[in-house]
Amino acid sequence: MSQITREEVAHLARLSRLALDDAELDGLAAQLDVILGAVAAIREVTDAADVRPTTHAVPLENVTRPDVVRPSLPRDAVLAGAPQAEDGRFRVPQILADEA
Amino acid sequence: MTVPYLEALQEFEPVIGLETHVELGTNSKMFCGCAAEFGAEPNTRTCPVCLGLPGALPVVNEKAIESTVRIGLALHCSIATWCRFARKNYFYPDMPKNFQTSQYDEPLCVDGYLDVEVGGETVRVEIERVHLEEDTGKTLHVGGATGRISGATHSLVDYNRAGIPLVEIVTRPVTGTGERAAAVAKAYVAELRDLLRGLDVSDVRMEQGSMRCDVNTSLGRPGEPWGTRTETKNVNSLRSVERAVRSEVERQAVVLRSGGRIVQETRHFSEATGTTSPGRSKEEATDYRYFPEPDLVPVAPDPAWVAALKAALPEPPSVRRKQLVTQLGLSENDSQAMVNAGVLDLVLATVEAGAPAAEARNWWLGHLAQAANSAGTSPDELAITPAAVARVVELVASGSLTAGLARQVVDGVLAGEGAPDDVVAARGLAVVSDEGALGSAVDEAIAAQPGIADKVRGGKLPAVGALVGAVMKATRGQADAAVVRKLLLERLGVSE
Repeated sequence: MSQITREEVAHLARLSRLALDDAELDGLAAQLDVILGAVAAIREVTDAADVRPTTHAVPLENVTRPDVVRPSLPRDAVLAGAPQAEDGRFRVPQILADEA
Repeated sequence: MTVPYLEALQEFEPVIGLETHVELGTNSKMFCGCAAEFGAEPNTRTCPVCLGLPGALPVVNEKAIESTVRIGLALHCSIATWCRFARKNYFYPDMPKNFQTSQYDEPLCVDGYLDVEVGGETVRVEIERVHLEEDTGKTLHVGGATGRISGATHSLVDYNRAGIPLVEIVTRPVTGTGERAAAVAKAYVAELRDLLRGLDVSDVRMEQGSMRCDVNTSLGRPGEPWGTRTETKNVNSLRSVERAVRSEVERQAVVLRSGGRIVQETRHFSEATGTTSPGRSKEEATDYRYFPEPDLVPVAPDPAWVAALKAALPEPPSVRRKQLVTQLGLSENDSQAMVNAGVLDLVLATVEAGAPAAEARNWWLGHLAQAANSAGTSPDELAITPAAVARVVELVASGSLTAGLARQVVDGVLAGEGAPDDVVAARGLAVVSDEGALGSAVDEAIAAQPGIADKVRGGKLPAVGALVGAVMKATRGQADAAVVRKLLLERLGVSE
């Protein structure tokens, strides 16, 4: 049984702002299907053994820092990496296209 | 067609829900050491972590965890023994990382409640969850009408706020409130704000955005399933919370009565009109593809530490209020009137600043309540502090101000002319009780109204009031009325 449909891959691509053509969609859908199939095989084993999903390779908890202010970057340096800046702020392109 | 609020709620049953975001008052941001402060020059409080630069690694601020756990405990929540942060993925320039670090299915605190008083009755608002996330940057939309995003040609972003710890407090749906729905919503937010202030975890300034509310509202016919809800964003004052509910109830009632359907959508609240308008309809259903944040390790609050935090919680504001009301000898009626007017905490703070309870009560229920009403705001948003009110009371008690002058001083403070003493000095409002200085005004009043002067000489003492009034008017309220009366009677050769 298929783990992921071509439509789902197209949806994820849109959410991720990836422009994929038809051939790429076909290829990726097939590859993702194989990957998800492998994950499903592992899940059968972990579900049976009641293993908690791992999100970290190192078994650590509660890594925190004290609430102490450290110097920030100078603004010139911060904005130097921006394609465009204006009035000390990052300038970004139009967010909403005209809805006319 | 319009359907007034009360009429709508005779026909439909409201369900409300509130999501409140609170910026924590930590020194530094949630995952980096940048200062978390309001009002700094744009983009001067950023670093590789909060700018989402490649390779930067976040580390959790321990104070933010502590504050969130304390909030959860004060709201009677269970505290998670193990939970994780999650990435909420979306593309919008308010977060440079293209995701917001938040919590998804493992919030720090769950299943609590907050009791609020409305019209003398206690309403229990159940809390579904309290979770910790990071605030986003501020966008400024350029080129469109009045800073709106639609029609803008481009936007400017300031990331100072991005990464400031933000707590989200979500209620369960609140049912069965009937016509009190709007009042319950407002009372909940007010009580939550007081609770957070008492915990000293945030400055909870709604007008500065450190506390922000989203209000969910739906209407259904009795006995039928709940109606479709709308989510009103951008509700930034206590008064607006109440108005937003009222406005949505009235709008939805019109739609439902005419056989229409409510669309599940985000709506924007306008402070100017007190009404809501539809937000942008989303072409695609929200799909944030949450997954556990791989750059952070789980948070596992030690139960002993949580128990210690719980033991050290301050008294909740409702208990503290009752104690103070009793101590001050205020009656139940008085205290209820003050709660209804939204001034009880202000009165108590004025008393703490040194004013007698009766004076504090009179100012906040009287002149200041009127001032707030005519300014279309709530008393706690007036530009006067309880300490300033206490100072005015003190100036009256010491004889430096009359009641009339005191109102002028308060109006000066409200108009932004400075502290009470500054207003007194700038406006020259000190009481004139020097008998020599008043003498000529007294003589003029007697000369101007010989008929009244004769009545007083003939023994009709109450008639002297008209002459006192004339002197007060001539001295623009700056005379001490008791001194004026004494002088008048002396001149007229009458003794009491």
